[in-house]
Amino acid sequence: MVDTPRNINRKIGLRMWLSGGWLLFLLLATLFAPIISPHDPLAQDLFASRLPPFWMDGYEATYYLGSDSLGRDVLSRILYGAQIALLVALIASTATCVIGATLGVLAGYYGGWVDLVISRLVDIWMAFPPVLFAILLIAVLGTGLTSIIIAIIVIDWTRFCRVIRAETMSQSAMDYVASAKAAGRARFGIMIKEIVPNVLPTIVVLLTLEMGIAVIVEAILSFVNLSISTDFPTWGGMISEGRTSVHQAWWVIVFPLITLFLTVLSFSQLGEGLKDRFDPVLR
Amino acid sequence: MPILKRLFIRILSIAVTLIGVSIIVFVVIRVVPGNPISMMLPPGASDDDILRLKTLYGFDKSIIEQFFIWISGVLSGDFGTSISLRQPVLSLVLGRLPATLELSLLALLIACILGGTLSLLGTRLRETKIEGIIDGINGIAMSIPDFLWGLIFILLFGVMWPIFHISGRISPFLDIDYSTQFYLMESILRFDLKVFTDLLAHMLMPAVALSIPLAAIISQLLKQSLKETMHLDYVTLSRTKGYSENHVILKEALPNAVLPTLTLVGVQFTFLIGGTVIIERLFSYEGLGNMAIDAVINRDLPLIQGIVILFALIFTVVNLLVDLTYTLLNPKLRDG
Repeated sequence: MVDTPRNINRKIGLRMWLSGGWLLFLLLATLFAPIISPHDPLAQDLFASRLPPFWMDGYEATYYLGSDSLGRDVLSRILYGAQIALLVALIASTATCVIGATLGVLAGYYGGWVDLVISRLVDIWMAFPPVLFAILLIAVLGTGLTSIIIAIIVIDWTRFCRVIRAETMSQSAMDYVASAKAAGRARFGIMIKEIVPNVLPTIVVLLTLEMGIAVIVEAILSFVNLSISTDFPTWGGMISEGRTSVHQAWWVIVFPLITLFLTVLSFSQLGEGLKDRFDPVLR
Repeated sequence: MPILKRLFIRILSIAVTLIGVSIIVFVVIRVVPGNPISMMLPPGASDDDILRLKTLYGFDKSIIEQFFIWISGVLSGDFGTSISLRQPVLSLVLGRLPATLELSLLALLIACILGGTLSLLGTRLRETKIEGIIDGINGIAMSIPDFLWGLIFILLFGVMWPIFHISGRISPFLDIDYSTQFYLMESILRFDLKVFTDLLAHMLMPAVALSIPLAAIISQLLKQSLKETMHLDYVTLSRTKGYSENHVILKEALPNAVLPTLTLVGVQFTFLIGGTVIIERLFSYEGLGNMAIDAVINRDLPLIQGIVILFALIFTVVNLLVDLTYTLLNPKLRDG
């Protein structure tokens, strides 16, 4: 297989279409969840507990992906769980991105003591095990959507900060910055008008990757029962509950797991695809 | 002398980092609404009880005073007493550390073997269909975090084909009487095959789950740097000398391509250790991470502090070791 530029572009294209398609599908399913869900995700029906999915014996109509041990519909719960997952992915990663990238640009462009303070902070942050830090923060902040979002911001800003700082430093060393300086433009103006547009592609890539990470962090927190309240369906919570009855009803854990897998994979593949597309070396 | 100077600077920066970590943990647990005592006592405890506990754990003093009391204890090896387990934090934490270290090192070993094999295979079969397949596997392996791999393995090899144990560190019926907590190492040294296989059957799934993302990174990076090395003149020379392609890759290109991968493995290894927290939870493995989650759930402040500091110490020491190895192996830095 010879990697001609066209060949590479086609491969990137397919990857991005597939992952983008899945995410769009999920987004639409989330928005229309109240209309398309066959059941109330919270409604329990002990007469309909552990029903198998549609292709198996014992399937009962409209429980397309089966039901859990309390008789709640798995498909509806996945759809409503997607609301939480996508909401966290969008809000938490955008906020993380804004904070992390701002600090990164400041550290990389101004250098000196600004860089020293920010870099030292990043070093300290990197010495925390992230999952433990997240659980600790949730324990302190209390469970809930806002706490999860805050926890993700507090933990992951360094991811943006490190990369954007390095990127800003290499951009600052380029000729166009020197000529802007020579033209007598203000430093702050150069940073906003010249540097930021040039690090923007990297920021977009990191933002996409961060969305996948945010989905996983939310799943982990709800898996250890520290996400939002336990009544509302979350993928991590479904996986955690499904684990206890996996021998009797495997579908309770497998379907949310597949959804989570595809979502995380899609965000990551989309991010990698964007990275290749923005990377001028490949062109 | 540059190595000594480098070492000194690094140790100084480790100290700064550790102090920073301690301050942050200390403040995070104490400043945010809900004081530690109310976290510890059941609702409806009397004011007397609250006061007594406050005095017992020193929470009646100001935060700054508390911090200095705690830090001076830490410096003399006293990390306080666990609230939920009523034992010294240091001995609790040291008792669990070997389990986590063994798991992380096993995972690192697996990652190096898997990643190394894939990259060598990819280089040997470059520009064939198989290279494309290896790249594809790498891409997926890298995108999916250890937590999801763990769940997938539990379903596949714990439920569908129950080959491995998916819970705990060792079978309870094996009543072992070892002198250290490093069960795996000790079982090797004692040639205790029964214990060794039992330990491995428990550890393999969590270790592989931890290793896959790292293996993919190693594979990708090593393959890239092998590819670059393969174009260098000395490699072409050895090929014209008539050495086989396998010899050229393994003996000529590999030694020079390994160095850039090494630094990255070091940084990534700290991420792997961080991953043990949730993986140990998933596989009910009795290590530090599992204990940490319990400590958080039980609001056991002294224990949380101790574990976080220990993790931070491990992370910084791993980074230091990588940096030193890199300096020793790289002749450019050795004399510079």
